[in-house]
Amino acid sequence: MNPISYSRAASVADALHMAGGQGARLLGGGTNLVDLMRKGVDTPSQLVDVTALPDGIDRAEDGGLIIGAAARNSAVAAHPLVRSGYPMLARAILAAASAQVRNMATVGGNVMQRTRCLYFNDVAGARCNKRVPGSGCDAIGGFNRYHAILGGSDACIATHPSDMCVALAALDGQVHIAGPAGERTVPLVAFHRLPGERPDIETVLDPTEIVVAITLPPSPFAARSAYRKVRDRASYAFALVSVAVGLTMREDRVDAISVAFGGIAPKPWRAARIEDALRGASLSPSAIEKAFEAEFADATLLPGNGFKRGLAKRTLSAMLTELGGPAQ
Amino acid sequence: MTIKVNGQDFPPPDDARVSLLDLLREQLHLTGTKVGCNQGACGACTVLLDSRRVLSCLTLAVQADGRSVTTIEGLGTAEALHPLQAAFIEHDGFQCGYCTPGQICAATAMLEEVAAGMPSYLTVDLAADRITLSREEVQERMSGNLCRCGAHNGIIDAILDVAGEHRP
Amino acid sequence: MTKIQNAVIGSVRTVIGWVPAGWLPGGSPDPLIERRAAIGRQASRLDGPLKVTGEARFAAEVAVDNLSYAALVHSPITRGRIMRLDTDAADAAPGVILVVTHRNMPRLGTLALIGMSDMSAIGNSDLPILQDAQVHYNGQVVAAVIAETQEQADHAVSLIMIDYTAEPAKTLFEEAKATARTPASVLIEKNHVTVGNAERELSRSAHIVDNVYRTPPHNHNAIELHTVTAMWEGDGLLVHDTTQMVAPSATALAKLFGLKREQVRVLSPFVGGGFGGKGMWDHQIVAVAVARMVGRPVRLTLSREGVYRIIGGRTPSEQRVAIGADAAGRFTALIHSGYSVMPPYGACPEQYTLGSRAIYDAKSFEFLQRHVDLDIVPNTFMRAPGEAIGTFAVESAVDEMAHAMGVDPIDMRMANIAERHPVSGAPFSQHALKQAFTDGAERFGWNRRVAEPGSRREGEWRIGIGCAAGSFPYARMPGANVRITLHGDGSATIACSAQEMGMGTATVQVQHAADRLGLPLEAIRFELGDSDLPASPMAGGSSQTASVAGAIIAAAEKLTGEMLRLAGNASPVAGLRAGEVRLTDGGIASIADPSRHDSFESILARAARDDMTVTAAGSMPLEMFKFAMHSTSAVFCELRVSDVTGEVRVDRLLGSFDCGTILNPKTAASQFRGGMIMGLGLALTEETLFDGRSGRIMNASLADYHIPTHLDVPQIDVMWTDIPDPRSPLGARGIGEIGITGVGAAVANAVFNATGKRVRDLPITLDKLLPD
Repeated sequence: MNPISYSRAASVADALHMAGGQGARLLGGGTNLVDLMRKGVDTPSQLVDVTALPDGIDRAEDGGLIIGAAARNSAVAAHPLVRSGYPMLARAILAAASAQVRNMATVGGNVMQRTRCLYFNDVAGARCNKRVPGSGCDAIGGFNRYHAILGGSDACIATHPSDMCVALAALDGQVHIAGPAGERTVPLVAFHRLPGERPDIETVLDPTEIVVAITLPPSPFAARSAYRKVRDRASYAFALVSVAVGLTMREDRVDAISVAFGGIAPKPWRAARIEDALRGASLSPSAIEKAFEAEFADATLLPGNGFKRGLAKRTLSAMLTELGGPAQ
Repeated sequence: MTIKVNGQDFPPPDDARVSLLDLLREQLHLTGTKVGCNQGACGACTVLLDSRRVLSCLTLAVQADGRSVTTIEGLGTAEALHPLQAAFIEHDGFQCGYCTPGQICAATAMLEEVAAGMPSYLTVDLAADRITLSREEVQERMSGNLCRCGAHNGIIDAILDVAGEHRP
Repeated sequence: MTKIQNAVIGSVRTVIGWVPAGWLPGGSPDPLIERRAAIGRQASRLDGPLKVTGEARFAAEVAVDNLSYAALVHSPITRGRIMRLDTDAADAAPGVILVVTHRNMPRLGTLALIGMSDMSAIGNSDLPILQDAQVHYNGQVVAAVIAETQEQADHAVSLIMIDYTAEPAKTLFEEAKATARTPASVLIEKNHVTVGNAERELSRSAHIVDNVYRTPPHNHNAIELHTVTAMWEGDGLLVHDTTQMVAPSATALAKLFGLKREQVRVLSPFVGGGFGGKGMWDHQIVAVAVARMVGRPVRLTLSREGVYRIIGGRTPSEQRVAIGADAAGRFTALIHSGYSVMPPYGACPEQYTLGSRAIYDAKSFEFLQRHVDLDIVPNTFMRAPGEAIGTFAVESAVDEMAHAMGVDPIDMRMANIAERHPVSGAPFSQHALKQAFTDGAERFGWNRRVAEPGSRREGEWRIGIGCAAGSFPYARMPGANVRITLHGDGSATIACSAQEMGMGTATVQVQHAADRLGLPLEAIRFELGDSDLPASPMAGGSSQTASVAGAIIAAAEKLTGEMLRLAGNASPVAGLRAGEVRLTDGGIASIADPSRHDSFESILARAARDDMTVTAAGSMPLEMFKFAMHSTSAVFCELRVSDVTGEVRVDRLLGSFDCGTILNPKTAASQFRGGMIMGLGLALTEETLFDGRSGRIMNASLADYHIPTHLDVPQIDVMWTDIPDPRSPLGARGIGEIGITGVGAAVANAVFNATGKRVRDLPITLDKLLPD
């Protein structure tokens, strides 16, 4: 790790002022950044601790929720408003990492976390276009069990590792951004970029900006929603595939529906085609199958990750069937 | 500002790269906190920071400035064991003993979290504010602490014992 | 092992075969088998309070003045040469004391490979260490930095610039099979063994299973990192290490650095997990060498990635098992052959066929192992080397045969379990594998098994149960010494260099010594983990307990003689010979007339002695050559496989063991469970990922190499026959490695029972169980 300076921001303005320079990084819980620094994947010279910035979890004016970017993951998952109104979000956060990591990690940091691609993390021994643009991608043709089947490019197939963001995508989360020019809001589904030719540019956030809050509109899915994470061991592992589903039913037909996937794409993957295909439909196996195919028709399957297509389909199908049944 | 460790004040390190883990082990010689991976993957370095369990390897010591740290040395001594420490011995919740301080620190905080009604991934009813502490609940909540000797059964038995629950 | 060594071992066996059993160690059963008080007691670990409070000082935790810290640079290429080396920036970095490369590293010889000469041969590799520009494998140490702090050393490492010329490297198992070597022997056993013509018998058999099984590389992943602190004091060398081989390390370091053995002291009182991985590797050599160069103590702790890079693990294997059976289900042929990686500079042959030689009878046998040569960090011994993966293949094959014939898998095993060693014909010293199966099946509820795969279902989960047998050889190592000191207050201190890495060594040997010396537990202290103490061999092959116990027996006999002599004519035991007394109630008593008793305290007091000290070595372990001695097991597993995701959840695991006397049920149960849990990892989640394009390990972290978490581990039931082995000290055989043995197959067989899918390549990850 290079020598670093460390300072604490007392306010958003403070953080914007301190974090503007080259080599500066915002430090939340450090669960991702400190690890990347130790591996040499990231080499900042200046850390700005932003954990003193707003961390409240409150009801928003529209009846939705506003979560300060410095809120710890564990605090969000344990909050009564989240547990009752957005159980899918609580479940997704609780599926992630370990209790210790969730106690440290902030919501802003979670949104900004980097991929766990083995080749991205191997500074000395592997090529990676995300780490060194133009150097090549060793994951394509290598171990790509954890890699994307949707949304990847010839330059990069790394996945976004967050569980929380998958639920935020399904819940129409909004990312509130502060910058030198003022505040702006970006839907979470538009916050992360697909890699294309520039996998090193991962979000729409400008280096001079910071994430200050996440908001969620009121959710119709509290009664029928789920987050299921499929992984290589029972706990404390990144997702092979994860699925967030929210449903409302009218009679035996889907009224509102929201579906997002984790573990299969470079960003939290909101499955709009599945939603469009199922809205107003009955949840028959053939309808689910058809909807799934609409979303996954152009999936790129590699030897290491090809199984994810079937796994995603079976998991989604089982969840929809269960959630679409008689209300509990 | 100072870092309070087990009730005693210490200055933060000059080098901002020093992790809380290395501060404890190399500078304060509180070596009960262990290093297993230095990358947040094993839980051996678990300490309590303002009463919450965190990984000291991914916490820069300067981040703990103005806060309070409790390590395994602050929980009990060989002469006056913490109930969890005694239960770990009774249930043989360790072999080599290296992951043990992290397991015990994590378990201490975990029982507080349960008492506060915090759910886990396995909690069936997330809206309920009381947690029924099943064996599986404890296993899930402790899964951030790896053990390679395979003392898992004894560790969970010890925690359930202290939690006042008994094996079925 | 060479052909000559094969011949020597063979002749020893032949000679011993003619010697009456009564002349050998264990010729008459250890009297403590019948007469024990502390042994067999459910004692808690003596080091428990130290370990739960964090007061136990592991290797990296000894406070040292003027300490410096080292960090290593690992080669990112697999084979080639260092062409350009620029250390200027690192030399100039803050806090840097020294940068060491092959240019300035002192010239050193190489280590003798494990097993090649004597007990101090402990090299896992005989490659030169920082001696030249050649790179032999990916991850090899190519430079080291010593600095004032760890942070400074780690940073300086990133400033070292090295250009390499890459050379073609052998990195693909499949390609390298074509040039595999066939060694003459595997450890001390002949490699290619044939009994009858197994291929011919197989082809004529009424029922045949003939399949290939694959197991991936594994890493030990002890939670404690490898770490060493080396310091020179004058001409003397002091090393704080975490090692399974305390005394042999001191001897090996003395040889390598041209010192007398007594100039070197290795201390390792606690080892934070070993499993075969905590031996002598490059980092200790580097630390010792650079500590002399900088004239200061040096602490070198490997990063977790560094552990994967330079500490070898378990080799991958490809094993063929073919079984022929007649119409009645009796085996007519058993063929077990295959390939595993062992580079020519390595030491571990991964003896996966040895277990198969010891369990079942068959009309004909063929066993053969071939070594594949790759440019790779040398593989080494990892918990039950050979047996852990060998039993996966054989016990899966037996299950396949049972299914093919429509026979219950336990009945199939019962019909074929051997009564004498199947290959050598030697009698078993004690062998109750059948009882282990019967007892285990009853406790487990095996009769609830539905033979038809895929029959049981609960919601989305398919449920299955399976079983497997395990076998692991007994070993007692020569060269174990202990010192017993009886103190004037009637207490005793036992001392030997042995290592404590969680097996409960001190706890169990104190229990042993209490009974052996006739003292209460509280009166005995056990000192270990120090090479200045009487030497004990490495902890390996599940041998340490028997080896140290054998030495305590010898020392207690010597002590008895010395104390009788010291007791003199005034003693109630005057005139009695050693064979006529026993040590009991804090003194010596006549066996014939226990009222004739003289306490140690009064004997020492009368002789005006503060203490009495004896040192003795255990007898040669000749019992191993006369008898077939094996710990055995029957493992039972119940699990669920999700029909939706293919995820496997193990709900129940039971191990029924036949390992002789169980010395401490509490610590023994932990040893069994620990092995079984590592077996769950082997079965379901663990794999070291070598990228065949680069020869580089890609998941060199505990986040990406999946060992079982708490939620992966069910409550594990363990039970044992507790039948003493009349040929071993205390009637005990090893228990450290039998636990993992058989678990892989028990899980795979349960998965088959649940789903009808036969997975022959580990680990059984969910993608292998998803419908096509």
